[in-house]
Amino acid sequence: MNFQDIAILFFGLLTILSATFVTFSPKILYSAFSLLFTFFGVAALYLILSADFLAATQVIVYVGGILILIIFGVLLTARITNLEILEQTQQRFIALLPIGSIGLGLILLILFTNWPINLLPNEPTTATIGKKLILTYVIAFEASSVLLIAALIGAVRLGRERNDENVQ
Amino acid sequence: MSQFNPLEAFNLPIVYWQIIWAGIIVAFVTVFALFAVYLERKISAYAQDRMGPMETGGWQGWAQTIADALKLLLKEDIIPELADRRLFKLAPYIVFAGSLGVMAVIPFGVNLIGTDLNIGLYFILALSSTVVIGILMAGWASNNKWALYGAMRSAAQMVSYEIPIGLSLMLPVLLTGSLSMIDITNAQKSGILADGYFWNWYIFRVPPFTLIAFILYFWASLAETNRTPFDIPEAESELVSGYHTEYTGIRFAMFFLAEYANMFIVAAIASVVFLGGPLAPAPWLNWIPGPIWMLLKSLVLVFIQMWLRWTLPRVRVDQLMHICWKIFLPLALVNFIVIATLVVLWQK
Repeated sequence: MNFQDIAILFFGLLTILSATFVTFSPKILYSAFSLLFTFFGVAALYLILSADFLAATQVIVYVGGILILIIFGVLLTARITNLEILEQTQQRFIALLPIGSIGLGLILLILFTNWPINLLPNEPTTATIGKKLILTYVIAFEASSVLLIAALIGAVRLGRERNDENVQ
Repeated sequence: MSQFNPLEAFNLPIVYWQIIWAGIIVAFVTVFALFAVYLERKISAYAQDRMGPMETGGWQGWAQTIADALKLLLKEDIIPELADRRLFKLAPYIVFAGSLGVMAVIPFGVNLIGTDLNIGLYFILALSSTVVIGILMAGWASNNKWALYGAMRSAAQMVSYEIPIGLSLMLPVLLTGSLSMIDITNAQKSGILADGYFWNWYIFRVPPFTLIAFILYFWASLAETNRTPFDIPEAESELVSGYHTEYTGIRFAMFFLAEYANMFIVAAIASVVFLGGPLAPAPWLNWIPGPIWMLLKSLVLVFIQMWLRWTLPRVRVDQLMHICWKIFLPLALVNFIVIATLVVLWQK
């Protein structure tokens, strides 16, 4: 077991444990803050697999953007922070069917996929990713930018509507 | 040029030197914070026609901040009864780690750096975005409305100002063709005019666009570090002292340290990316080593930060957002498009 294996195990465990905590935590804000460690664990795994640009992007997009949005949403919603989430299980056998089939599918997938074992050499990926985005995957890239513009316009529209009501 | 490693003679891998370097950085930031607090007190005093600290330690009250730091460390560590204890304790570490981690990729000499990542500048942007989470955590866990409001304001401000910061930092990246801080430094050695002089620094490279980018970065970084004129997260007259209102003793000291470390870090980034970092302004000054130039440039920028703080009034929340989205962002976008076009034309 070399340093790389230990690192993969450590960050894999960190990711899985914090993700479990996100799911089962009774307080919604604890779930949100626990996501920080999940995102960092995933970024660290990317880093170990020599995808440095992807790791930094993971932190910028998920920690710097999405996680802050989630926490803002929780903090701005009245009386949600101390809400105790009550759980109960009903109709266990019916639920077992879809969950079991998904689980079985995933296990089969893990067992029968030919996983590459050799790690790639640690080399700069930024330029390659940039060229692929602009040349090979340009349509997907542009489509996602159109989607983002649509979301922006929608957000402005929603924000404006409330302002007009206030004026009247 | 390979990375500076004084342990090479002992056949030790570079990791050992990096661990020592991390220790040096932590020690440096602590000493810098003491020095900077003293400097800030003196500058504010002279700006307001006072003397500042004069008694402790004799000459000009030089030992005042050391005494204050000792007092902070010895103070009782109070956690409010209704605070969320776990998050309250965790928050200072996240803020401190997020700020200090950035120092790993800041070059103090042409090859003196923690680690020369090939995504250096991008790493800085990524890591500094985690500080916001720590601040939100501190604000919420304190169970205090001032702290919560301060944290929300701080987060909104930092998220908004990250965009002009990122766009203006991309200009030197476009001109260099690399995100590595060492590559960016070395690319400022030579240009169109004679090599080795200050006019090859990126701030003077493509006038006036890079100069505008530098000014945009500097102003936006004031918002990123929550300093006047953008210090509404800590506005004393409204919010007591923002997200760290409830913190005392050593935990407060960690926030304080992170804040002053941040001042140095944004100044250091500006000096590496726009002002040539460890490069001398003229070839006949090359006998002065790089780290001294680096510190000198960064400290001048820190001085300007303090000067502005004691000169300008605080902006309102709506003015803050107006400045970011309607002035800084369009300027940064135009700058970016012009430089990108020029780079493409040059390459042809």
